[in-house]
Amino acid sequence: METQQQLDDFQARIDAGEKIEPKDWMPERYREQIIRMGSQHAHSEIVGMLPEGNWISRAPSLKRKLVLLAKVQDEAGHGLYLYSAIETLGVRRSELIDQYLYGNAKYSSIFNYPTLSYADVCVIGWLVDGAAIVNQTKLAHSSYGPYARANLRICKEESFHKKQGYEMVAKLAEGTPAQRKMVQSAVDRFWWPTLMMFGPNDSNSPNSAELLKWQVKLNTNDELRQHFVDRVVMEAEAVGLTLPDPDLKFNEETGHWEFGEIPWDEFWDVVKGNGVMNRERIKSRRKAHEDGAWVREAAQAYARKKNLSREKAS
Amino acid sequence: MSENNEKDWPLWEVFYQPKNGKPYEHAGSLHASDAENALQNARDVYARRNEGIGIWVVPSDQITASTPEDMGSFFDPASDKPYRHPQFYSVPRAVKKRS
Amino acid sequence: MNTTKELSVKESKIAYLLRLADDRLILGQRMSEWCGHGPVLEEDLALANMALDLIGHASSLYAYAAEVEDEGRDEDHFAYFRDDYEFTNLQLYELPKGDFAFTIARQFLFSSFSYFQYQQLKEAKDEQFAGMIDKHFKEIKYHLRHSRDWVLKLGDGTEESKKRMQEAFDELWMYTGELFYIDAVDEMMLAEGNGADLLSFKDEWKKLVEDTLTEATLSVPDWDQFMMRGSRTGMHTEHLGHMLAQMQFLRRSHPDADWK
Repeated sequence: METQQQLDDFQARIDAGEKIEPKDWMPERYREQIIRMGSQHAHSEIVGMLPEGNWISRAPSLKRKLVLLAKVQDEAGHGLYLYSAIETLGVRRSELIDQYLYGNAKYSSIFNYPTLSYADVCVIGWLVDGAAIVNQTKLAHSSYGPYARANLRICKEESFHKKQGYEMVAKLAEGTPAQRKMVQSAVDRFWWPTLMMFGPNDSNSPNSAELLKWQVKLNTNDELRQHFVDRVVMEAEAVGLTLPDPDLKFNEETGHWEFGEIPWDEFWDVVKGNGVMNRERIKSRRKAHEDGAWVREAAQAYARKKNLSREKAS
Repeated sequence: MSENNEKDWPLWEVFYQPKNGKPYEHAGSLHASDAENALQNARDVYARRNEGIGIWVVPSDQITASTPEDMGSFFDPASDKPYRHPQFYSVPRAVKKRS
Repeated sequence: MNTTKELSVKESKIAYLLRLADDRLILGQRMSEWCGHGPVLEEDLALANMALDLIGHASSLYAYAAEVEDEGRDEDHFAYFRDDYEFTNLQLYELPKGDFAFTIARQFLFSSFSYFQYQQLKEAKDEQFAGMIDKHFKEIKYHLRHSRDWVLKLGDGTEESKKRMQEAFDELWMYTGELFYIDAVDEMMLAEGNGADLLSFKDEWKKLVEDTLTEATLSVPDWDQFMMRGSRTGMHTEHLGHMLAQMQFLRRSHPDADWK
C-alpha cells in the first residue's frame, strides 16, 4: 500500500524538479497516467502516418515526395521512441498496440480528418506539427525521465516538419489561383480541428489537475492553445491566408489573440468514433498489424533455430 | 516464456558513438528478432541523421542496473573524498597566472 | 526508340541514365507504398529508408540526364511528363508490391544485381557519373545486406513464411532475364568507358542468388524458363499506367505551378 509518507516524498521530488526513473518508487496512479498519456501519444504518431502517407504516391515533385516520405517515416520513429519510453514501465508494446487496435485506447482525433488535397499535407505540417511542437517542447521537461527524453529527441527531429510545411504553404499561397484555392480550403478545414488538438478546456479536462501536480504535463490545455494561436495568427498574416474565425482579435491589454468558440460538439463526435476517417484509420492499422503477424513470427522462429544450432555446436 | 513475450520481438538497448574518439552514448531501445536484425534496425531507427559512426546493440535483459536503493551506498561515499578532485589542491599563484 | 537510326553518344548516355533512373523511381515508388503499413514499426522505417534511397538516386540520375540533354528541363520532367511507353524501367520493378515476401524477394534481386553493376559503374570515366554512383553504391550495399538477411529469415522461418518466400521468387523469376538485356545503348556506353559489362558478372550474380536461396532452404527456380522482354524499349504491364496515373496526376493538372 502507498503510505502518505511515500506520496509526500514523491511529491517533494517532483517539486524539486527531479526526474523519475523507471526503477524509482512511484504511485500506481502516476504509472497509470504515464502509460495512458504516453501510449496515446505514441498511437497518435503511428495513426498520424496515414493522412499524410495518403499523398506520398501523388506528391507533385520528386523533391516534395522525398520530403514527405522522410517526414512520415519520422512519425514512425517518434511512435517507436514513445513506445520504448512507456515500455520501461514494464508494459509491452504489443499490449499497448492491442489497446488501441482492439480496445478503447485513444489517439489524437486530428488524424481522423481526411487529406483531400496535397495542400492538406502542407497545412498539416504547418498547423498540426506546429501544435505538436508546442506540446512536445513542454513535454521534453516532463517529470518521467524516459518520456521527457523521448520528447526531446522528437523535438529535435520535428523542427523540419513544421518548416517544410510552412514553406510549401507560403509557396501555394502566392502560387496560381488553383494553388491558392487549394491551400485556403485546407486551412479552413484544419483550423478548428488543430485547436482541438490541445484537448478540452481546462474546466472540462478531468486528468489535467493530476498530470500538472505530478508535472507529467507542465501547462494547461488552454495555456498551450493560446500560445499556439498567438504565433499562428502572425504566420497566417505573413503569407496572406485567412484563418476561418471572424471573432479573432488582438487584445491589447492581455497581449493575446482572442478567438471564437471552438466547435466542441464536433470534437466529441470525432472522439466517439464518428469522424470521416475513424473507421478507415483503425481498419488500415489493423490490416498492417495482422498482415505482419507471419513476418514477426517467422523472424522469431528463425532466431530460435539459429540459437538451437549454436547451442548444439558448442 | 509467457504468451505476451511470444508476441513481441525481444527488446534491445542501442548505443552509438557520435564521433571518432567519443564514448558511446545510449540512444534508446527497439525490438529485434536477433542481433543482426537489432543492428540493422538501430541503423534505420537511430542513425537516420548521421547521429553516429558506430553502434552497439545489447539485449535489454542482459543489462544489470543499480537500483534506487543502492544509491546511498554506491554513490554517497564518493562525495566525502574531495581529494579525488583537482580543485582540492592549490597551485602557486605564479603558475596559475601563466596558465 | 528507333533502332534503325544510329544513336549518338549523347542520346545513348541519356537513354542509359533514364533506364537506371526509371528502375529506381518505379521500384522506390512501389517501396514507398509500405510507409505506414509495415509488418513491424522497425521495419516500416527500414522500408521507408530504402524507398528514400531509391527515389533519391532516381532524382539525381534524372537531373544528370537533363544536364546532358541541355534543353532546360529538370528531373521532374522525366518523372512526371512521360507516358507508360516512354518509361524504360524493367517490368520486374513495376509489379504491385505484393506481400512482404514479394517485396523482399524483389529488393534482393534488385540489390544484388545493382551491387555488381555499380562496382563497374563507379569506375566510369565520366567523373560526375562515377561520383554519383559511388555514393549510391554504399546504400545499395546496405539494401543487399538487409534484403538478404530477410530472405534467410523468411525462407528458413516458419512453414508459412517459407511458402510465401518461395512463391515470391517463383513469380518474379520470369522477369529476371531482362536484368541482362543488352542493346546498342549499353554497347555504346561500354565502349565510351561509362557502362557496365553485364555479362561479365552474370555468373557471379547467379551464384550469389543461388547460394542465398539455398541457405534460406528455398529451391532455385528454373533459369531456363521463358523470360519476359521488351521493358527497355517501352513494353510494360498494365500496372505501370495506374502507378503513373497516380504519381503524375497532380503535377500534370497544374503544369505551370511551382511545386518544388
